[in-house]
Amino acid sequence: MLVTESLSKSFGSLVAVDNVSLSVPAGSLHAVIGPNGAGKSTFFNLISGFFPPSAGRIVFDGQDVSRLSVTGRVAAGMARTFQITEIFPELSVAMNLRIAVEAASGHPMRPWLSRHAEAGIEQRVAELVAQTGLKGKAERKVGELSHGDQRAVEIGMALALKPKLLLLDEPTAGMGDQETEQIAELMHRLHREQGLTIVLIEHDMQIVFRLADIITVLSEGRVLASGTPPEIARNEAVQAAYLGKQES
Amino acid sequence: MNGSLTDGPLPKKILSPHLIVIWLFLLSLPLWLLAIGGYYSIVTQVLILGLAAMALNYLLGFTGVLSFGHAAYFGLGAYGCGLTIKFIAASTPLGILVGVMVGTIAGALIGALIVRLRGVYFAMVTIAFSQVFYFIAFRWNSVTGGDDGLGGFERRPIDLFGFTIDIQHNQMLFYYFVLLLVALGVGAMGLLLRSPLGRAQLAIRENERRARFLGLNIERHIWIAWVISCGFTSLAGALYALLDNFADPRLLYWTFSGDLVIMTVLGGMRSFWGPMLGAALFVILRDTVSSHTENWMSFIGLFFVLVVLFFPRGVLGMLQRRKGG
Repeated sequence: MLVTESLSKSFGSLVAVDNVSLSVPAGSLHAVIGPNGAGKSTFFNLISGFFPPSAGRIVFDGQDVSRLSVTGRVAAGMARTFQITEIFPELSVAMNLRIAVEAASGHPMRPWLSRHAEAGIEQRVAELVAQTGLKGKAERKVGELSHGDQRAVEIGMALALKPKLLLLDEPTAGMGDQETEQIAELMHRLHREQGLTIVLIEHDMQIVFRLADIITVLSEGRVLASGTPPEIARNEAVQAAYLGKQES
Repeated sequence: MNGSLTDGPLPKKILSPHLIVIWLFLLSLPLWLLAIGGYYSIVTQVLILGLAAMALNYLLGFTGVLSFGHAAYFGLGAYGCGLTIKFIAASTPLGILVGVMVGTIAGALIGALIVRLRGVYFAMVTIAFSQVFYFIAFRWNSVTGGDDGLGGFERRPIDLFGFTIDIQHNQMLFYYFVLLLVALGVGAMGLLLRSPLGRAQLAIRENERRARFLGLNIERHIWIAWVISCGFTSLAGALYALLDNFADPRLLYWTFSGDLVIMTVLGGMRSFWGPMLGAALFVILRDTVSSHTENWMSFIGLFFVLVVLFFPRGVLGMLQRRKGG
């Protein structure tokens, strides 16, 4: 589904992402972990088209998207969330999702809607509300919701785009145990029940080892190791560079 | 807060109670206006400036883009209308049509050049463009009348199905004529804001990054909002020229852009009707204070500062909040 070939990005003399090659098969949940400053977010920004790579290629769904704009990549089937939740704070949950549904419908510039289209949009919004566990909160203003619910709205907006690939940047950052569990549960359902391909950046190791099929460890912009959760847990280089540090 | 566009979903019904009250008020105005000592030129002016401020707010309040150069499109509408009636054909509808077209086309061209700019840079460039038009009107004496302004034309009665509606001499009829066009403009903007197009513009105001990562073409949406805004602003400008049978170069000057922003913020830029109320407050304040002192602008300035400090959502925003508890 997603392949990066020798992907690199440097800012001046700082090499943030250095020669990263990885392959994410369709239907898998691929976690990217690594200490702060390892280049995880830069890697995400490269994939989603926030800025172009300095070198290397990104192939998505058989198509080279390395130079495609954000809009082009969304149209190709990528959706992402951000480390700091990006939503429409003054609008309701339903309106947030509705804007996303309309953006995905291919006619976000229509000055009017037929009754038929209106009904379709409303149904889709209701589905997304149910899917993200926000029933009963649809009319609430998003800015007033809990952190976990705001994250669920953001994931719902990404899902509204019917993506082939979902990129989640630290979806549980800054959350309490209960909210973390809520989001983990949602990711689990999307992956197992709907077979969505997900690339996940995450600091919570429990979640990563529980959910991921494959884990890639980045350190100083490079791939330190890549493998199944048990392989990564056994890997000595990873333990030394990353896991070991956390325990001390 | 029912009916406010920013809070919760849009109301299903387009004819909500507060809308009926507003329109009944505006329609019945001529019945009691003279009795309370008001006069037509003032209320008609409020309607026209209110339309311009609401058009500006389509951009500022509902797309999140600040223009400091809307005087250009107001003035182009006014000059386009006046020059047409004076030199081409003495027809009121034709004058309005040409005024709106001139303003909208200028807006579309300039908009295409500037939609990539953001914030202060965008505002500065809009000022610069409006100043260009100001100096053209100011210098081109033989056509525009230069500093003296453009006079020598009069709005003409309208012939409709064999009837003649004498908006030229009957001020009440002119009021209703303006009200009709303002209603069309305001209604069109209200409907647009309830459409996918309008919601995409709200999305840009709320969070441009998120909107972009939903796949929306931000620049194209801002351009569309800008052109819509310029179009209705130039409609207001054309009507303004008809009100006094005069187009003043100061309508193109950057301080008039500032007046429009003041009206918008004063009334409340997050509420659909706020700018209309802001225009009313602005005109009434100006007329009452200026009969006592020449420094009326300093009073408006003081009032503006107080509103911004204590009621950042404007007068209407404050009233709505109070009502909503």
